[in-house]
Amino acid sequence: MINKVVSGAEEAIKDISDGTTLMLGGFGLCGIPENCIQALVNKQVKNLTCISNNAGVDDFGIGLMLRQRQVKKMISSYVGENAEFERQLLSGELEVELIPQGTLATRCLAAGYGMPAIFTPAGVGTEVAEGKEVRNFDGKDYLMEYAFDADFAIVKAWKGDTAGNLIFRSTSRNFNPVMAMAGKITIAEVEELVEAGELDPDYIHTPGIYVHRIFQGRDYEKRIEQRTVRTKSL
Amino acid sequence: MAFSKEEIAKRIAKEIKDGYYVNLGIGIPTLVANYIPKGINVVLQSENGLLGMGPFPFEGEEDADLINAGKQTITTLPGSSIFDSAMSFGMIRAQKVDLTILGAMEVSENGDIANWKIPGKMVKGMGGAMDLVASAKNIIVAMQHINKAGESKLLPKCTLPLTGVKCIKKIVTELAVLDILPEGGFKLLERAPGVSIGFIQQSTAGRLIVEGEIPEMRLD
Repeated sequence: MINKVVSGAEEAIKDISDGTTLMLGGFGLCGIPENCIQALVNKQVKNLTCISNNAGVDDFGIGLMLRQRQVKKMISSYVGENAEFERQLLSGELEVELIPQGTLATRCLAAGYGMPAIFTPAGVGTEVAEGKEVRNFDGKDYLMEYAFDADFAIVKAWKGDTAGNLIFRSTSRNFNPVMAMAGKITIAEVEELVEAGELDPDYIHTPGIYVHRIFQGRDYEKRIEQRTVRTKSL
Repeated sequence: MAFSKEEIAKRIAKEIKDGYYVNLGIGIPTLVANYIPKGINVVLQSENGLLGMGPFPFEGEEDADLINAGKQTITTLPGSSIFDSAMSFGMIRAQKVDLTILGAMEVSENGDIANWKIPGKMVKGMGGAMDLVASAKNIIVAMQHINKAGESKLLPKCTLPLTGVKCIKKIVTELAVLDILPEGGFKLLERAPGVSIGFIQQSTAGRLIVEGEIPEMRLD
């Protein structure tokens, strides 16, 4: 087996430089690559284009990079919950492309499947459609949306093996598998790194061919954005 | 009396049928889950990648890896399944989801909806709303009929950037239940108890169609 293991986040992101286009997995703060984000913050690379469903919160996730003005452009579907983001956007310091969530996911999928574009009805007749090719199939209009072209994809998985195979846990799966497929170079940080052969091949979500670097992550905070509970009735 | 948010949710819940897969948006739609009729089997889809969304966890049992599209901690149920975001919107686009319930800032009399952006003011993004309204075969909008300034949100034409065009067919507000007719216009079906047709007329800027007796909404 080809060994994909690197020592940690710092080594994994060593060649990410100013002006790079990055994909970052996660939905809200769920399933985000915490270690790599911290390493990017420490490295202080600038002018990044980040493709990520959300932009973190003020003091966690991609919000940490926004705070240091490391991000030139965000491509996301939903960016509420981040006051600093909203401020930079309204003041024009940050460029933002908002796209429908399904379009975001499927443009990742297309990249990972080797397809140049997809057709989706999402956004037809709205400002999202501006400048895009419209095609009619069976009486319904669809927008042509291109596959993403990202230099790096950074994902977080629950378990991974030395060959780069990944298993995600619960809804922290979200965008991670499709982004893992879409990066020219894909970096995976995992909660538990095991030897090749220890994971059942039938239960792999992302085959190692899509993963170029993998490392054992550490100190996961896994912050909860909306803690909602019910009380036990007696 | 105009309905509360809970009562709007309760009325919408009556539209849910046995065997439905349902996607609930953020806000009033989330409340609908509390009023699903007893004795029917319904599966809730959360577009971050879950079918079979269960109730909030008991205190101390929250799992940071298990959230809904509103980023709230939730639980799974027997028979739940988890998948990635592309598959989640794949099943939405392929119309496997039977009913979508979502909120709106404005709806027009030809079925256009605006709910994602107030230029220069609010920049949150559309999330999955554009995908949902473009593909869902059955959408119910849960919204306030009039805004805080007393202005109608049911309009001849939306003023805010659109989320989707000609896609809304049913609306439930604090005042009324309305259908949007294929040829355009809000057809009044039911009114909240004690709310007069005159008041609904006055609160609807778009074309309101009133034919025959309009019954009061019932919640039981």
